[in-house]
Amino acid sequence: MNSTVIINIVRFILLLALQVVVCKNINLFGYIDPYPYILFILLYPVNGNRAGLLVSSFFLGLILDMFMDSGGAHATACVTLAYLRPVFFKFSFGVSYEYQTVKINDRLSPERFSFILISIVTHHLILYLLEIFRFSLILDALIRVLATTVFTLLTCIIIIYLIKPAKQ
Amino acid sequence: MQQIINFLFKNSILLLFLLLLGISLTLTIQSHSYHRSRAVSSANAMTGYVYEQINKVEEYLNLRSQNEALASENAELKRLLYNTQDTANIPPVKVPAGVGPYRVIQSKVIKNSYTEKENYLTINSGSKDGITKDMGVVSSLGIIGVIENTSRDYATVISILNRKLKLPVKIKKNDHFGTLTWNGKNTGFAQLVDVPRLATVVKGDTIVTGAESTIFPENIPVGKIEKVYVDKKTNYYTLEIKLFNDMTSLGHIYVIENKDRAQIKQLEETTKVDE
Repeated sequence: MNSTVIINIVRFILLLALQVVVCKNINLFGYIDPYPYILFILLYPVNGNRAGLLVSSFFLGLILDMFMDSGGAHATACVTLAYLRPVFFKFSFGVSYEYQTVKINDRLSPERFSFILISIVTHHLILYLLEIFRFSLILDALIRVLATTVFTLLTCIIIIYLIKPAKQ
Repeated sequence: MQQIINFLFKNSILLLFLLLLGISLTLTIQSHSYHRSRAVSSANAMTGYVYEQINKVEEYLNLRSQNEALASENAELKRLLYNTQDTANIPPVKVPAGVGPYRVIQSKVIKNSYTEKENYLTINSGSKDGITKDMGVVSSLGIIGVIENTSRDYATVISILNRKLKLPVKIKKNDHFGTLTWNGKNTGFAQLVDVPRLATVVKGDTIVTGAESTIFPENIPVGKIEKVYVDKKTNYYTLEIKLFNDMTSLGHIYVIENKDRAQIKQLEETTKVDE
């Protein structure tokens, strides 16, 4: 149990550092940055403490808001994603997901792919709608959501494949 | 009582979620309102430290361009110096330090942002260097923004690439005023709105800061007119301004303090109250 906590703390710090130092400065085509830090929320143990997940996602988002100067958009998106995570689990893995040992960081099956995709779309939709915060620019926001989702998805899958050998 | 406790216990996750959602939504909405400065900003010690460390590494990558920028600024200052008049004829009156309305503080951008709709920069000097809210930030090429938040060692700057910032500027040639805004589309261009139709605007004219600004001194360059539109609803001009500054690459900058600002603001307040 203790090793899980430590792994999660290390993951929290590493993903945050990766986001701030590397991913924030990519600026593909001028405005697309991937947000692989949400892997922390996705990889959190399935049967882990839900309150712990909510609080840690809130602080993850809040620290990122400080770095990005985005008010509270990241925090809102992270908290919502953390709260909705069991719903997405149910949707992707079937009703009895809690009794199976669902491991996200494993071979990429359609279930895992759909879970990661739906989580990223939810997160980015909330993030960009709150960040742009204007109905006149809603089309612009949706284009950004689409482009960033593709990029984040690729980054997340690459990171999952990279850290997999270390987990075994 | 028992039922209330049971209810709280059963729905503790939902209540925790709603609490955290409430806090973060409040922060978000507050950050979008124009008059309040944001509670969560990158001016604090932790983010400032991290950005400073990142900047120390990145600095080496553009040493050459920074040097060239400083050298060309020096050349421009020399040109001004040599062309003023016969240097021997200038009476030996020096402006002592501390006199005159403007004070200039040298600083450096440690975090730049230009991909959002509301962009903020972070600089590595704060209240210990005498920086306070609403001071102007310029580079050798032109204006950059206005100080928003300060901590002891760092400050955040609301960039001209931010839809919340509105600055009074004028056309240099004929002193017609307008308001500088940004539509969030292109980092190289800003928009000048509310220019009256009787003004003659020519493509290529220079835009500078206006005299009515209490933040910037007059005549600091902003950009050049690139395109002219007529606003159908208001019959004012909307001008597309090509900015002199490349906002995507910023290094050494200057923070300008107007010592008379408080006095002017106070005077304007009392005038308003008297009416």
